[in-house]
Amino acid sequence: MTDAAKAAEKPRSQWADVWAQFRSHRGAMIGMGFFVFICLLVIFGPMLWDIAPNKIDIRAKNQGPSLAHPFGTDQLGRDTFAQVLAGGRVSLLVGVTAMAISLFLGTLVGVLAGYFKRLDSPLMRLTDLFLALPILPLLLVIIMLFRDPLRAAFGPEKGIFILVVFVIGITSWMHTARIVRGDVLSLKEQEFVLAARSIGTPPHRMILRHILPNVLSPIMVSATLGIATAIITESAISFLGLGFPSDFPTWGRLLSDSTNFMSLHPERVIWPGLAISLTVLAVNYIGDGLRDALDPRIRGR
Amino acid sequence: MLNYTIRRLLFAIPVLLFISFIIFLILDLAPSDPTGNLPLTIPPEVREKIRQSLGLGEPMYWRYLMWCKQFFINEPLNIWDQWMGTCSFNCEDRLRVISYVTRSPVVDLIVERLPQTLWVVGMSYVVGILIAIPVGVISAYRQYSIFDQAGTFVSMVGYSVPPFFSGVLVIVIFSVQLGWFPSIYDTTLKVTDWASFKMQLRQMVLPVMVLALQTTAQISRFMRASMLDNLNMDYVRTARAKGMKERTVLLVHVLRNSLIPVVTVIALAVPSIFGGAIITEQVFKVNGIGQLLIIGIQGGDAPLVQTLTFIFAVLIVLFNLIADILYGILDPRIRYD
Repeated sequence: MTDAAKAAEKPRSQWADVWAQFRSHRGAMIGMGFFVFICLLVIFGPMLWDIAPNKIDIRAKNQGPSLAHPFGTDQLGRDTFAQVLAGGRVSLLVGVTAMAISLFLGTLVGVLAGYFKRLDSPLMRLTDLFLALPILPLLLVIIMLFRDPLRAAFGPEKGIFILVVFVIGITSWMHTARIVRGDVLSLKEQEFVLAARSIGTPPHRMILRHILPNVLSPIMVSATLGIATAIITESAISFLGLGFPSDFPTWGRLLSDSTNFMSLHPERVIWPGLAISLTVLAVNYIGDGLRDALDPRIRGR
Repeated sequence: MLNYTIRRLLFAIPVLLFISFIIFLILDLAPSDPTGNLPLTIPPEVREKIRQSLGLGEPMYWRYLMWCKQFFINEPLNIWDQWMGTCSFNCEDRLRVISYVTRSPVVDLIVERLPQTLWVVGMSYVVGILIAIPVGVISAYRQYSIFDQAGTFVSMVGYSVPPFFSGVLVIVIFSVQLGWFPSIYDTTLKVTDWASFKMQLRQMVLPVMVLALQTTAQISRFMRASMLDNLNMDYVRTARAKGMKERTVLLVHVLRNSLIPVVTVIALAVPSIFGGAIITEQVFKVNGIGQLLIIGIQGGDAPLVQTLTFIFAVLIVLFNLIADILYGILDPRIRYD
């Protein structure tokens, strides 16, 4: 028997099915390719592109695209390409970290509320309360007011990073919590949970072994969408001038800085804006593909 | 239904009070000083007097209660008096919520700014809905056609491109390169004749376009999904079997039923569109309430920020309630009692 035949006979695992379905979603594959490309570019790009993002070369200011500066230079002669690469590092890092925090909080609240009946009502009231908060104004207020103490405690860049990530994380967990709670509630009624309970499984193992793996798919989908919203929120804060300090590039910051020169050098606005939009578009397409791939009703059609 | 509405309204009161307290707490915990922006030549004892006159000497809970009294009792009374031209409950020495920076009543500032925001935001919302509903209907009716694919792509783009980029982009294209529309929204413009009306229309095009793209992206997807759900229902087959015209089936039977969930989505998204307007106003320099909020935050103007943020919270709670009630009224299968 050949190897190929053996492989064909092997029972297909769930994740192989998911991957096969995901691959058939063209937008999701393109999005994934682009996202991986952007990630590699911002991680390894600055090592290969040896112009420092904050190197000021005033004689080469306001240049258009050229071989030496493929995206041109800004009003101080800093290389826009290097800045976009450095900004992408921060923006993506903020997106992923904020998403991780909001996912952790959302899953925790959702599982606790769904599994323990006594916690359900207070936790869901808390979720409703958070949903009623006007998020963007509050974000701006919190960042404006707590910027200085955190800056003093952790240094200008790290302080703002911690602040932005935490603030985005603790204001965006509510939707995950609601979805997870709904799924846990329906899982709890199923027979395998009853079986597991009848052999005396303690609650913590029940949650970790039986409940969590089964709510993984909605969590994964909201993770991808969470990255997208976190990137947009961070850029919006930076755009309004309340995020990172101005010598510390992020995509939103670059966009906001270049809007001041919009009528003279309109092309400079394009790069950071395009970077934000394409990354978010890619992540949204990945989320779309994942949702289809992880839904067993659609899979197999 | 009435019972449910009253219960929800009663429940909204503690929620809103709690939210206002949280906002107050955040603003109060912050180590910012409202006299920090004043010139350094002011001697410390005068500075202390200014702080006292702003009411900062009182304990925190007292200041919160004062804000509550001013906002929930004095301001509504004031509006009543202004409408009726009366002076009830000794209106001369009634304390209103006063801005730290401008020393004028916060509510007056907001009322001054509100028309600009409502014009731009409201118009864009209407335009967005008017585009989204036909797009959703056609995409669903011709599922997987080129129109549907294009619609999906455009709404994906609408989701992904943030307003601070699409706004800047349309300014670069239509205002810098082509010079068709002004890039700055001039709120001093008075519409008196045809020329100024045309001017007003021209300056509204760009901000309305940017905000409408976001609305359209959201609502056309909901419309499409809702239409698709209904198109496979038995009653549609019955209607067709009765020999009704396809037009009637689609636009009378299916559309009316599909609009039920979409109407609630439209109601739910109203507060978030105000939030998004904060950024769009900044891009187009519209001096609406979003810009007022940003100025207030940057100037450390606690009463202004407190009041505005609270109004945003009221909008969210109110429109959630409206959405739930509308759903109950429109869909007789939904009964809350």
